[in-house]
Amino acid sequence: MSTFTLSINRQPHTIEAPPTMPLLWAIRDLIGLKGTKYGCGMAQCGACTVHLNGTPGRSCSIPVSAAQGMEITTIEGVSEGNSHPVQMAWIQEQVPQCGYCQSGQIMAAVALLAGNPHPTDGDIDTAMNGHICRCGTYPRIRQAIKSAALMGPAKPKGK
Amino acid sequence: MKNQGWSKRDFLRLSGVAGAALVLGLFDTAQADEATIVKAPAPGSENIELNTWISVAETGKVTLVCHRSEMGQGIYQAIPQIIAEELEVDLAEVDVRFAQGDSRKYGSQVTGGSSTIRGSYKKLLRLSAAAREMLVEAAARRWSVPAGECQAKAGSVVHEKTAKKARYGELIADASKLPVPASPTLKKRGDYKLIGQPLVRKDSALKTNGTAVFGLDKRLPGMLFAVVERNPRLRGKVKTFDDGKALQVPGVKKVFKIRMAVFNTYREGVAVVADSTWAAMEGRKALTVEWDDTGFEHLDTETIYGRMRDLLAKDEGLTAHNQGDPNPALAAATDKLDVVYETPYQAHSCMEPLNCVSHYQGDKVEIWGPIQAPEWVQDCLTKEFGIPREKIIINLTFLGGGFGRKAFMDYPHEATVISKEMGVPIQVVWTREDDTTQGPYRPGVTYRCEGAVANGGISALKVRLAGQNNGHWMGGPKNRANGSTMEGFLRPYLKKIAHARFSDVPFETPIPTMWWRSVYASTNGFAYESFLDELAHKAGKDPLEFRKAHLEDERCLRLLEQIAEMSGWKTRKPNEGYGVAVTSCFGSTVAQVVKVSQRPESGVKIDRVWAAIDCGWYVNPDTIRAQLEGSIVMALGAATAHEITFRDGMTVPKNFDVYRMPRITDIP
Repeated sequence: MSTFTLSINRQPHTIEAPPTMPLLWAIRDLIGLKGTKYGCGMAQCGACTVHLNGTPGRSCSIPVSAAQGMEITTIEGVSEGNSHPVQMAWIQEQVPQCGYCQSGQIMAAVALLAGNPHPTDGDIDTAMNGHICRCGTYPRIRQAIKSAALMGPAKPKGK
Repeated sequence: MKNQGWSKRDFLRLSGVAGAALVLGLFDTAQADEATIVKAPAPGSENIELNTWISVAETGKVTLVCHRSEMGQGIYQAIPQIIAEELEVDLAEVDVRFAQGDSRKYGSQVTGGSSTIRGSYKKLLRLSAAAREMLVEAAARRWSVPAGECQAKAGSVVHEKTAKKARYGELIADASKLPVPASPTLKKRGDYKLIGQPLVRKDSALKTNGTAVFGLDKRLPGMLFAVVERNPRLRGKVKTFDDGKALQVPGVKKVFKIRMAVFNTYREGVAVVADSTWAAMEGRKALTVEWDDTGFEHLDTETIYGRMRDLLAKDEGLTAHNQGDPNPALAAATDKLDVVYETPYQAHSCMEPLNCVSHYQGDKVEIWGPIQAPEWVQDCLTKEFGIPREKIIINLTFLGGGFGRKAFMDYPHEATVISKEMGVPIQVVWTREDDTTQGPYRPGVTYRCEGAVANGGISALKVRLAGQNNGHWMGGPKNRANGSTMEGFLRPYLKKIAHARFSDVPFETPIPTMWWRSVYASTNGFAYESFLDELAHKAGKDPLEFRKAHLEDERCLRLLEQIAEMSGWKTRKPNEGYGVAVTSCFGSTVAQVVKVSQRPESGVKIDRVWAAIDCGWYVNPDTIRAQLEGSIVMALGAATAHEITFRDGMTVPKNFDVYRMPRITDIP
């Protein structure tokens, strides 16, 4: 066991964990943020996606030792009150069905639009292809990303 | 309905002190004269146990109950949308809560067979209208005006003539003392303000910010995590195991053998309990287990399908339906077909792998989990632990997908067995590999379809299926045809076919099978409608017109006309790949047209899918649309992307790297 300090949603969290523990389980079981989901444990489904220094990454396949020192953002840190354009678009287009994969989908879409405010269909496919939705909400995910793009950039989050 | 320890007088007094909620309890208008308070909340408690669907706090806050499981299909929205319509409350202002498992209060809570809305809507409309009439009556009496002059509006009763208005919260105490109207007046569909509207689902906001609580998100003080090593050959016992290395993994607390119930069978596994999910998983990796699966054949996929084909070559099977005499009719026919279709075994692959929290407490068990069938879990735990049913408390969470798999009792039972051993609450977690390799699966099925055409129509039809019968796995009788043999086949076809027989050729393997979304309709529908198509071509007829000619049913015909118009069926060009099918499942009939094209690099590409549904009485059209969109994607995956195969009795695909789900780039 080792001690790690993780910066998650701009809050420091100090935990005791084996260095090989995937970030996913540190976030869920040790820190208690449960919006980030376990789906496959091998970076195939995207349900566990978080941002590491703004870049989407699969927390199930990143050891906690490698995440120390990075700014980690989870679904809980995207906005206050569902106010990010991607979240608003997700609700407007009624994307979620069971909803289990949607934290990861939203994290991918937020990162996509942050770097590419007006993505083409091809850009959307490339950014979202690592994410499985068993309910089959893909047509609405596409539409929601386009709707979010029209809403303009996310307002900077208050502290 | 029983008063469970609080007299109404006690409650009203207490509620005055605590400012707590009052429950208007109505199971059904037939029983509703017993409407009463089940349990008063502790002062300041946020967890008020409700006895039925509606409760109104004195503050005016209305709480509605969702008595079935929400696994994506939208009943967390639809049930309140129905109640709010007749109760006349603002849907945005009401809270929605999941019921605990209690089939005496709610009727069956088994969420399956597309049964929630079609099975509950009349009852929900009636009890909501009855509640509204009681509130109106209470106001009318208070104001000494005729009830007919009062109106219920957005959580209040108003009397316009005298400009009087009272919130439901002010009326609920009086209303609950009134007799419950036996036949309340229901609104006409044309007067609905909520039902029929594509309203935003109340669970959307919870599912976009990570706050929706799924089974895997449940935490209790002192809770430990468990994973279970199960026989990769799906059945059998633990011969020996070595936990020496597992116990050295930091965080691992205990390793022990467990026995799990699955319907009428048992199997054994080795549980690893730890202080985090990861530690439990790591401990399990360090285990070695030797299995005893004597008596269970170690099969390959090729063997399984070979046996089904052999059976269908010689065995007439058990008859599910017969009219006329198809064998001589087929023998005498000149234009005929004899075709075999195969559909693969499939895993449910819910995005939320199986998991459950259980707290065994000696004289009671409390469960939290993604569960489709709370009363079956109660039955199972009562049988296994000898604890009375009412002491098996089932709390429902959101389900990250269900598709029939979460109507099983094995994972709640596992969690309870482990909790009993450990003496603390346990969350059992299935890994994705467990979820993919352990079943139960949609059964693989082989169909043999024989048919003859004459005068442009079907003169004889004989269909046999060989595939594992879900009913047998549950312990049902083996001497009767699978009750689902004709599922997915439109009955009206039969009116125009003189000779027809549907049979089930019994077939078994040790592989556990179970309902998988739409159950047999997905596999049967594929085979039967494919065969209809081949018969149409044999008869030289347009496949859509051929179906219309055989379907003497107004609703089916309307659906086919609708899909023809939507898809431009009649103006499609020669050599364009258009296909049509129509099938029926759990009270809904769906017609689809699919357009495909040939791509040299990737074979067939699905360009577009059109769908039309007749689902009868409906609540939220956007939810219906979402279900259609999603089921098309799921079915395209099942048809083109993934297949559970077996080698030496073990499941070959283990995770999404090889058990390939459809992705955003795969959809039309």
